[in-house]
Amino acid sequence: MADDALFEFLHMEMVAHVYKEQAARTEMEQERSTCVSILEGMGFRVGQGLIERITKDTPSFKDDLDVMKFICKDFWINIFRKQIDNLRTNHQGTYVLQDNKFALLTQFSNGKQYMEEAPKYLAFSCGLVRGALSNLGLDSVVTAEVSNMPSCKFQVVIQKT
Amino acid sequence: MSRQSNRTTESKKMNSELFTLTYGALVTQLCKDYENDEEVNKQLDKMGYNIGVRLIEDFLARSSVGRCHDFRETADVIAKVAFKMYLGITPSVTNWSPAGDEFSLILESNPLVDFVELPDNHSTLVYSNLLCGVLRGALEMVQMAVDVRFAQDTLRGDNVTEIRMKFIKRIEENLPAGDE
Repeated sequence: MADDALFEFLHMEMVAHVYKEQAARTEMEQERSTCVSILEGMGFRVGQGLIERITKDTPSFKDDLDVMKFICKDFWINIFRKQIDNLRTNHQGTYVLQDNKFALLTQFSNGKQYMEEAPKYLAFSCGLVRGALSNLGLDSVVTAEVSNMPSCKFQVVIQKT
Repeated sequence: MSRQSNRTTESKKMNSELFTLTYGALVTQLCKDYENDEEVNKQLDKMGYNIGVRLIEDFLARSSVGRCHDFRETADVIAKVAFKMYLGITPSVTNWSPAGDEFSLILESNPLVDFVELPDNHSTLVYSNLLCGVLRGALEMVQMAVDVRFAQDTLRGDNVTEIRMKFIKRIEENLPAGDE
């Protein structure tokens, strides 16, 4: 029954830690991508664990779209207390999930000022989605972009095997 | 949408799993980043402190708890209001020192360790050390310097989890000169 605030603060500390740790060791150039990948990796593990528990008594899914709908609805509600506002797909394995008020961005001011900082705070969530999909049998690449705080688009590309 | 959702009532509970698992991922990462458990403990405490100094505002705003008159009252508020609000548990307050400046919080269950087993090579890791930092940080913001540590931990084979808190001093507010 942890409160949302607690998770949000923990997440901030996590991001701060990963960036500080990285700055202390390696060369500048690689820094950015590795920090994001560490956070993404942490999210991946958590996503895997969560989806196992959320889908405990869910009937099996008919197709990929059905899985994505579940992510947008049940999964998102469980984690962020709201569902994805808009789901689009090209029916070829690419999905765009739009959240108009993404929980982890609501602490930012709405202007353009902190736009560059935003990716740090999205990496973990990208990992969550990728981890969840992975345990549902879908390999994917998940990226996020922000064009207008606090709304955010997650692009999910399912990898064909 | 074809799928019927019957899980909305459970969403509060699920959210705690998010926190528990995320915390687990963080501790794992810290163990990778630092050589020894001592460093990890220290870092967890520091992160907790940073959370605490912010969390206290959220707490005061939402709980509408007033000023505490003595340390006993503080202890009760921490156990019955703060822990309840953020972790959904109510630890018991016991083992008061004769001087009334030191007590224990006994946690029957600790949501942070729900899915955790400590591997043998981390015998000195204080897994939930974040909590100590949170308490220290939060109390510092209300002018109380305290010392917080884990006295017992179920992860390490004890029957209960015990957090020991010791009041050190009241922090005097130092107003800048000429400021009323």
